[in-house]
Amino acid sequence: MSRFSHEVIEKNSILLLVLSLIAVSIGGIVEIIPTFLIKTTIEDVKGVRPYSPLELAGRNIYIREGCYLCHSQMIRSLRSEVERYGHYSLAAESMYDHPFQWGSKRNGPDLARIGGKYSDEWHRLHMADPRQVVPESVMPGYPYLARTPLDYTHIADDMKALRVTGVPYTDEEVADAKADLEAQVNPDADTTGIAQRYPKAVIRDFDGDPKTITELDALVAYLQMLGTLVDFNAYDSADFSQ
Amino acid sequence: MAVSGGAAERPYGTMTTSAFLTAIALVAGAFYSLVVAAKAYDVPMAVHAWIFTLAFVAGALAIGNRHFTALQHRPGADDGKGYNDSVVKYGVIATLFWALAGMLAGLYIASELAFPALNFNLPYISFGRLRPVHTSGVIFAMGGNALIATSFYVVQRTCRTRLVGNIAPWFIFWGYNLFIVIAATGYLMGVTEGREYAEPEWYTDIWLTIVWVVYLLVFLGTLMKRKEPHIYVANWFYLSFIVTIAVLHLGNNLTVPVSIFSSKSFSAFSGVQDALIQWWYGHNAVGFFLTAGFLGMMYYFVPKRAGRPVYSYRLSIIHFWALIFLYIWAGPHHLHYTALPDWAQTLGMTFSIMLWMPSWGGMINGLMTLSGAWDKLRTDPVIRMLVVSVAFYGMSTFEGPVMSIKAVNSLSHYTDWTIGHVHSGAMGWVGFVTFGAVYCLVPWLWKRERLYSLALVSWHFWISTMGIVLYITSMWVSGILQGLMWRAYDAQGFLEYSFVETVAAMHPFYIIRALGGLLYLTGTIIMVYNCWRTIKGDVRAGEPVIANAAGNANASSGALAQPAE
Repeated sequence: MSRFSHEVIEKNSILLLVLSLIAVSIGGIVEIIPTFLIKTTIEDVKGVRPYSPLELAGRNIYIREGCYLCHSQMIRSLRSEVERYGHYSLAAESMYDHPFQWGSKRNGPDLARIGGKYSDEWHRLHMADPRQVVPESVMPGYPYLARTPLDYTHIADDMKALRVTGVPYTDEEVADAKADLEAQVNPDADTTGIAQRYPKAVIRDFDGDPKTITELDALVAYLQMLGTLVDFNAYDSADFSQ
Repeated sequence: MAVSGGAAERPYGTMTTSAFLTAIALVAGAFYSLVVAAKAYDVPMAVHAWIFTLAFVAGALAIGNRHFTALQHRPGADDGKGYNDSVVKYGVIATLFWALAGMLAGLYIASELAFPALNFNLPYISFGRLRPVHTSGVIFAMGGNALIATSFYVVQRTCRTRLVGNIAPWFIFWGYNLFIVIAATGYLMGVTEGREYAEPEWYTDIWLTIVWVVYLLVFLGTLMKRKEPHIYVANWFYLSFIVTIAVLHLGNNLTVPVSIFSSKSFSAFSGVQDALIQWWYGHNAVGFFLTAGFLGMMYYFVPKRAGRPVYSYRLSIIHFWALIFLYIWAGPHHLHYTALPDWAQTLGMTFSIMLWMPSWGGMINGLMTLSGAWDKLRTDPVIRMLVVSVAFYGMSTFEGPVMSIKAVNSLSHYTDWTIGHVHSGAMGWVGFVTFGAVYCLVPWLWKRERLYSLALVSWHFWISTMGIVLYITSMWVSGILQGLMWRAYDAQGFLEYSFVETVAAMHPFYIIRALGGLLYLTGTIIMVYNCWRTIKGDVRAGEPVIANAAGNANASSGALAQPAE
């Protein structure tokens, strides 16, 4: 203990503070920064696009209700998961997810590929009273979603904020946000614009009530597109190695 | 920094320049909040802007009231010379209040999982909105108030000096509790950033940042004017907790608000990076909020109550630096087999396993402090609570590294095993060390000879311990059962169980878990009653007297082996 003694640190609060700060910074820097720099962190796949305005509104409701606390959106690369839920999730599939919704607990099943698995009618019944269609379910009922008109006054502002974070919404997409949102629930409207801007967007009345755009419309639109964007037949697993 | 006049005419508590400027800032904040309330994009933002307005006005009025009260020269009033214990008293009461609120929310959501009808189809009490109320209520409201209160108490005694700041400590207490009220009411209204344990929205985060910076300055300032040559070990942990939480909070809450009038914001990061940053934050909320901070508590209250010096001075140095260095790396173990790159998963797992050693260093140092005083386990239920908390700390910091191993994690992840693990840490370690500290602090702060009843402490201890055992064993069984059912194959090579069959299998364990929570809450209610009677000055008749404060320890091993006071 002749050359260095811990006493020096114990007697200097600023030194203690600075050394602690250095000690706790290293791990985070080494782990986090490379994920932004290494290109293969996010796979190069076709099909992933930003959410359409209606899907985005649905995603906001998904977050608002805390769905992520019981449902993951991350299929792990394990045989039993792939067989139950479909192809394991790619990093690319959540590249426009601000925030990510991978989840940490499955009180209910994973939803990463729920899109297209059930009919809109099933979702309507299930949201109104989950035990109508799944007697053993422990999910809360959300009947009020079908009764609550969707507030999309600020949907373009949402898209502008997302653009700041790096989501590539074009000026045209932001300008047409409300029109696109309304068009997605109305198959009789001119839907060429939205179909072009948001490939694979499902365009139909989701909640069975064509008169009103409800929160249920938005949420079901979001659920019905989850995991449907990437065409996995076009790739084999070697394409995703990191 | 008195505005004018000598100390004789201007008693402590009258307006100083800093108090005056704070009042001005609060009035300005109130006006700003009014504007936001008027132009809010959504109802929750308007509600929150009104709460902020009222809180700021109340704060400005309180500063004025303090000035005029101080002018009246009341006998026994705080003269600004001794220790500042009033704010610690408030912190202890807030700890007890939020303990009840947070645990009640937990009991309710546990019951919702057993009996989903309890959601009543109402948005405000549905599982998804109440669950953050429970987690934030217990971690940040109960735990945060306990950490702030005990750190203020401990830093003054171990530095033999008064807490710096005139109204700053009060600003921290009220500001932090305002943060909790805004966060919790926000969850009920659906205001959330959608990332676990970091749910408060952008404006709540900014408010917490202001409060936390003041907290760091007050704590550091008190350390700097200490009258003891050494900084006592408990303060190393408190300081690293405060500064690391600041870093984590800022790093993980970088979001882009939709508007300054909107309660909604979007994370600056997305997908895989967002996940990594969130669990860098999430795991170190455990590592620094729930571990380093509470180790600070342990390093004061265990030696103090046992009347023994800390077991090993060298061990405390080694495990302190190892703990804070290694913890930060462990986050990726929450993302095994996900789309996070393999190298990051492996790195997270490796450091998580290494973390076992410094964690047990802390446990050994805490437990062995009892050497020479083990008999107190039999006679003093408060020591029993503190010791069992350290034992639970040792158990859950062994379980954690095991669960971070990828092969184990492939089974445990997404199941109740994780929930059970968190609760053995939160109920066993964080809860019990807090309760032990509260049982020490209440008689010390309110100048009572002893607690109202040590028998009630024993009842609390045993009822709550049974609650923890029911809780964690039921979650072990349900977690491992569900994990095995998810991966079970039948003779034909197909998955054997549908998802909902695995949900149905959880039902009995969810009932047992809720029962465990009920027992734990019952213990807490007993504690609140005991503390209330102690503060009133009552002593339960017919109980043997045990000296309340610890005697002086035998100073032997090093300058840091025991608290100065």
